[in-house]
Amino acid sequence: MKNICLAFAVLLLAAGCANAPPDDPLEPFNRSMFSFNEKLDNAVTKPAAKAYVAVTPAPVRTWVGNFFSNLQDPWIALNNLLQGKPVDAINDFMRFVFNSILGIGGLLDIASEAGLPKHDEDFGQTLGVWGVKEGPFIVLPFFGPRTLRDATALPLDVAAESPWTMPYGNPIVHDEKARYGFSGLKLVNERARLLGLERTLDEGTLDKYRYARDFYLQQRRFKVHDGNIPIEYDDFDSDESIGKDNTP
Amino acid sequence: MTRKLFARCLLMLAVFFTPVAGFAAGEALPPDELVRNVTDEVLTIVRNDKAIQAGDFQKTLALVDEKILPHFNFRRMTSLAVGPGWRSASPEQQERLIAQFRILLVRTYSNALIKFRDQTIALKPLRGDSGGKTVTVNTEVRQAGAQPIPIDYSLEQTDNGWKVFDVIVTGASLVTNYRGDFTQEVNAKGVDGLIASLEAKNKSLEAGQGGK
Repeated sequence: MKNICLAFAVLLLAAGCANAPPDDPLEPFNRSMFSFNEKLDNAVTKPAAKAYVAVTPAPVRTWVGNFFSNLQDPWIALNNLLQGKPVDAINDFMRFVFNSILGIGGLLDIASEAGLPKHDEDFGQTLGVWGVKEGPFIVLPFFGPRTLRDATALPLDVAAESPWTMPYGNPIVHDEKARYGFSGLKLVNERARLLGLERTLDEGTLDKYRYARDFYLQQRRFKVHDGNIPIEYDDFDSDESIGKDNTP
Repeated sequence: MTRKLFARCLLMLAVFFTPVAGFAAGEALPPDELVRNVTDEVLTIVRNDKAIQAGDFQKTLALVDEKILPHFNFRRMTSLAVGPGWRSASPEQQERLIAQFRILLVRTYSNALIKFRDQTIALKPLRGDSGGKTVTVNTEVRQAGAQPIPIDYSLEQTDNGWKVFDVIVTGASLVTNYRGDFTQEVNAKGVDGLIASLEAKNKSLEAGQGGK
């Protein structure tokens, strides 16, 4: 993590002089990180995820997904609280209690079935709600696309969502190897769900870095505002009768 | 006489069942019902089709082409994806852009659909002004062990009923996000350059289609 922070500092200095478009000042670095991550994915993560899918039955993958998802809920609750949404926070906390106790340590997501929906919050979003600007787009090694704001929040998000990684006096997992095992399982399980997505990106776009970037940024803004961003559609086809929509 | 009666009965039956079975024909269904019908029908097929489950890409393409695409307004979609360059394109260039973008989207859609297994799609209550010309239908893809994914469809009223012109995944528009990509291409090589790039892309993928 320290290295990443250092890399930021160097980057931000370099960004000042780099000759790149204003909406993506770190573009040259980002593109190389993007392809680094792709190579890493092709070499390690994707094959691991495929093997994982081959050897585990689907219900097991659901349990694993539920288990890690449950451990996120307290952090999601806290972030909802920090964003001034106590009702959502209570919902998230109840989810954690229900699923931990009645859902066998979080293996089953009975809370969703009971009408307590899963929310999507993290500290990067909380910073956004507090008015912190998102800063330049940055592709992190291993972690992928982020805004600088979300990258800053990342260490906290990772620590809070993966309580087993706590290094000292960890009350949950004592064995260091087991901690890596947990993190590995979480990563592989998440990647397994997204198998095939890289193909869509490959085949559906001319410049996949650019598409992925714009898509990521639009999603993040949507999440920070909890979906209250209407998409504005321009009309490039004004001489055509089909294209009109803004004129009632 | 009996034959005539039989024919008439058949015709009546056909007319009676058309609104249920043949919404592709463009009856003026309300937008939310249209989305519900199409997703229900397509997902039922995907879940029960052994070939699609086994990864038969050609069959998935055909399904998308037949069941989903008639409900899309490709002209609108392409103009939104191309952005400012659309205005400078000649009608002939526009037609070629539409044709290529259509191929691109069919493939993207099929790639997503072929992955579909035990997810369910829930339709959310229609928000906003359904009396207007455009409306957004909100759905949510739910999957055990994962966060639900909101997928919204923007529809507009046309002479042929409601047509989808954008698909929005977690707040990100699949169509308008092409604009950066395409504008870059138009700025560098012109509208013909964009057409050529799309054609080359589609051709190269067609050659290797049906792979893993």
